[in-house]
Amino acid sequence: MSPNELSSYLTIGAILFGLGLFTVLTRRNAISVLMGVELILNSANINYVAFSHFSSGNSAGQIYAIFVIMLAAAEAAVGLAIVLAIFKLFHTIDVEAAETMKD
Amino acid sequence: MDLKNVASLTFFCPEIILSVTILLIIALDLIAQSRRWPAALALIGCLCSLIVSFDLYSAQPGLLFHRMIVLDNFSIFFKVFSLSATILCILMSIGSNEIDKVHEGEYYALLLTCTLGMFFMASSSNLLMAYLSLEMVSLGSYVLTGFLPHSRRSSEAALKYLIYGGVASGTMIYGMSWIFGMTGSMDYAAIQLALSQEGINKAALFIAFIFILAGFGYKIVFFPFHMWSPDVYQGAPTPFTAYLSVASNTAGLAIMIRFFFPGMSKLLASGDWTATAGVEWPQVLLALSMLTMTIGNLCALNQRNVKRMLAYSGIAHAGYMMMGLAILNNEGLAAILFYAVVYMIMNLGAFLVVGMVSNVTGDEDIDDYRGLAWRGATVPAICLAIFLFSLTGMPPFAGFMGKFFLFSAVVKQGGAFAVLAIVAALNSVVSLYYYAKIVKTMFLDSPLPEDKQVTMAANNFTLLLPLTFLTILFGVYFGPLVQYTNYSLRFFIK
Repeated sequence: MSPNELSSYLTIGAILFGLGLFTVLTRRNAISVLMGVELILNSANINYVAFSHFSSGNSAGQIYAIFVIMLAAAEAAVGLAIVLAIFKLFHTIDVEAAETMKD
Repeated sequence: MDLKNVASLTFFCPEIILSVTILLIIALDLIAQSRRWPAALALIGCLCSLIVSFDLYSAQPGLLFHRMIVLDNFSIFFKVFSLSATILCILMSIGSNEIDKVHEGEYYALLLTCTLGMFFMASSSNLLMAYLSLEMVSLGSYVLTGFLPHSRRSSEAALKYLIYGGVASGTMIYGMSWIFGMTGSMDYAAIQLALSQEGINKAALFIAFIFILAGFGYKIVFFPFHMWSPDVYQGAPTPFTAYLSVASNTAGLAIMIRFFFPGMSKLLASGDWTATAGVEWPQVLLALSMLTMTIGNLCALNQRNVKRMLAYSGIAHAGYMMMGLAILNNEGLAAILFYAVVYMIMNLGAFLVVGMVSNVTGDEDIDDYRGLAWRGATVPAICLAIFLFSLTGMPPFAGFMGKFFLFSAVVKQGGAFAVLAIVAALNSVVSLYYYAKIVKTMFLDSPLPEDKQVTMAANNFTLLLPLTFLTILFGVYFGPLVQYTNYSLRFFIK
């Protein structure tokens, strides 16, 4: 239970967060962007579970992670439905092609 | 008062009534065929919930459901506020042609789910509850934004909203995970206790706050998390845009006030707050508030679409309201609540007229407003002019009093805040240009032959005239509302 173990989990969490953000910013495919969002949510999950195990001494963090997983599923369901609607109307799921409103 | 699950239910009646209404709408939707009943049922549910909410004032403030939810005057204020906005929005939806095309049972069920989420947003006293309530509102909003069938604009808006919302709330929970790691608790009171002790890494805490601001900022729509709002406001069905611009915005302010004030600050006897652990978040809010109002107003200047212009004006108004947060005292918070009520009335009024015009023309381009006053819509044109001047902050309308209270609270602080007040005053002047542009188009431009006559349904008038009346009334007789907002600023802190 050395603090070093905790920091390695936190490093993975931070890397995952960065990768998620990078995916969202660079990908043009709507499904890939949604996958980036999932990566961000899971980076938070790793942090919660790691903190819960190593430092807090209670299971609140693990319960938080379960709720985040549940909400990620709900968000994916809504997200895929919207992507489907986009595909029907635009015949593509390229987020930059779906660009009818501009300043 | 710190109640367990079953004992809490007594003080949970507004939420229970709303939940039952939602379930009833979903269930009856499978059986009934008539088109009007979902709106009626939703209205009845909201009214019952509103009456029961007022009953809660007699209850003792306290924490419910094992410290998950807090019941105090502040949370009751936001219950009343969200319900009023929802009722107005339902009445608006009844008169809208856009909503006629959608599946009404689902529409009203989702709308009330968002309202239920807003109740929790204003009363959460736990990081988990804050996240869940925020997502409850967001998920409903994504669906309702993309609710118009066969509309490219609507679906595109929903996709943008979903991506921004997902990233913002993900960033927020990542920040929250650090706060949990540093303090070992999810409960606001326990977090505050842990933060007031020595040995907290201030830099890490500051970064965590910035991450959390992303989640709140995307709900309140402040810079730099505002990019989704013009597209979403333009693409969403107009009654829902109106709802989003007042209710969702203000619920974001509520969750932020709840997190930063009773959660992360200490109340002194003088009515001032001090930030715990010496983290400089008020200065960040000060800068963001200046940037938000300036960017909102400057981008609004050359918009052709009125809904899009109102979206940018909403960003500017979010900036004004954030001034009250940055000054860290109760006077500023009371000014925010007053402004929120006034903003709800005038902004819903403006969107109501926009909805009336787009019922006829099918679009919200500013050219559709050419000579509106001479095309059979004199009364709505006059009302819209009143709402727009009120949004600018001109006396004798309610918007003036809202800005007056905010500005006077800011000026009293002196120092860097005097600069903030000057920036805000300059911004109000800039905003006059684009609000007055619409008024000019409606009254001074003469209509072309191809412009359609705009006729008004009776049910729109029954909503429009009271909103106009209130906009004028709160500009000259604001005493009771000020008293009510001051009374609402009682937090339960333990």
